[in-house]
Amino acid sequence: MPLCNRHLLGLEGMPKDDIQLILDTATTFREVLDRPIKKVPTLQGKTIVNLFFESSTRTRISFELAERRLSADVVNFSADASSVKKGETLKDTARNIEVMKIDMIVMRHTAPGAAVFLSNVTGAIIINAGDGSHEHPTQALLDMYTIREKHGRIEGLNICIVGDISHSRVALSNIFGLKTMGANVAICAPKTLIPCEVEQLGVKVFYNIDEAIRWADILNVLRIQLERQDRAFFPSLREYRQHFAVTRERLDKSKKTLTIMHPGPINRDVELSADVADSEHSVILQQVLNGVAVRMAVLYLLGTRS
Amino acid sequence: MTQSSKIIGEKGFERTLYRLAHEILERNKGAGNLALVGIKTRGEFLSKRLALIIQEIEHTEMRIGYLDITLYRDDLRDNFNQPVLKGTEIAFDVTGKDIILIDDVLFTGRTVRAALDELVDLGRPSSIQLAVLIDRGHRELPIKADFVGKNLPTSLDQNVKVMMKEIDGQDSVIVIKEE
Repeated sequence: MPLCNRHLLGLEGMPKDDIQLILDTATTFREVLDRPIKKVPTLQGKTIVNLFFESSTRTRISFELAERRLSADVVNFSADASSVKKGETLKDTARNIEVMKIDMIVMRHTAPGAAVFLSNVTGAIIINAGDGSHEHPTQALLDMYTIREKHGRIEGLNICIVGDISHSRVALSNIFGLKTMGANVAICAPKTLIPCEVEQLGVKVFYNIDEAIRWADILNVLRIQLERQDRAFFPSLREYRQHFAVTRERLDKSKKTLTIMHPGPINRDVELSADVADSEHSVILQQVLNGVAVRMAVLYLLGTRS
Repeated sequence: MTQSSKIIGEKGFERTLYRLAHEILERNKGAGNLALVGIKTRGEFLSKRLALIIQEIEHTEMRIGYLDITLYRDDLRDNFNQPVLKGTEIAFDVTGKDIILIDDVLFTGRTVRAALDELVDLGRPSSIQLAVLIDRGHRELPIKADFVGKNLPTSLDQNVKVMMKEIDGQDSVIVIKEE
């Protein structure tokens, strides 16, 4: 029972069985990462191009490690050192790369929908590594894997995503995936960082972080993306911190012990206080490690699908 | 039309496992440095049975692990149904051990080739020996078993099925011929 779709473009509409299959498959690859030789020959002879039109450290390294650990041949491309600077279109760039006999493209792009576009103009298997403020499916999958590893399940848990919801592809993919897996999802942010009609996605909305902490089992804290904010959505970082930062004092008021997640990179002491980020209830580094296993699972499932 | 005939029944199955256990212990002069590694799915159950028998004879705990060789298969590129990964579970360090690799049926030898590649990625065993319940011939690679429950000459239109209580409800070996 392979995945329904030959690409991974987003988690919107992905069936529960497919998400389950990816998470189960990732368990096997997680074990491979603990071996002395962290490499299996599974994708030998497959060529994968990492097309990054937007800067990324974690995701790019994570994908590249996942590809190499499956023995695929890897080519890296970043927009600032390429013909994109000379005005080439995405379609032409992709077609020129494709004609050189490649099998898969992992793409990060600033434009929402870029991955869907690419899947329509090339024959390669496309994995979306983030398209603007639309989706970042592998991040949400590794978040769900980490939740399952820590809590043994996803269904029925109260998960609150805190911070810059309206600029966040991580938030959107998490909402789609977590809802499909049966979790209760909430978001918490200043009104200006919450997209309108977000309730239609079936999420609860908090405007007060203390109420969100009382409700939640897990907080997924997002980075305040200053680079995406073309106008001021809150008066100052200091004011955001005062009202929305996840801090030790705020967490101590809750009777439950909350699991703290963050997709990185962290603005320490802005959205998340440093002591909480480094505490034993933070699974931030597990998320990064699990990311490699989850990406190996996605590459395996798409790369060997007949 | 399919014809099937039972080659080994419940009693014979148990006797065969006891003989294999004794042969393994005889050749290795005891269980001291041994570790059993079963290839999933039925090799896993066979290795558990053999471990119990060896423990009964030698009064010592056996190291035991299981391999899922899917990621090392040489036919992943071909058109076929994508296999579900079941996961490798080997909790001990294979380096320096005498590994007994266990599978139910030895046929083309391709599964064993994959298992050998996976084992050497996990460490450097002192030796690897192969134990199978049935050797049905038709090798496509230069691979030979060290311990064989039963040599069973077959033709290519026959299918050998090992059934085990743990998953099939009974212990037996049957040969099925498709017509």
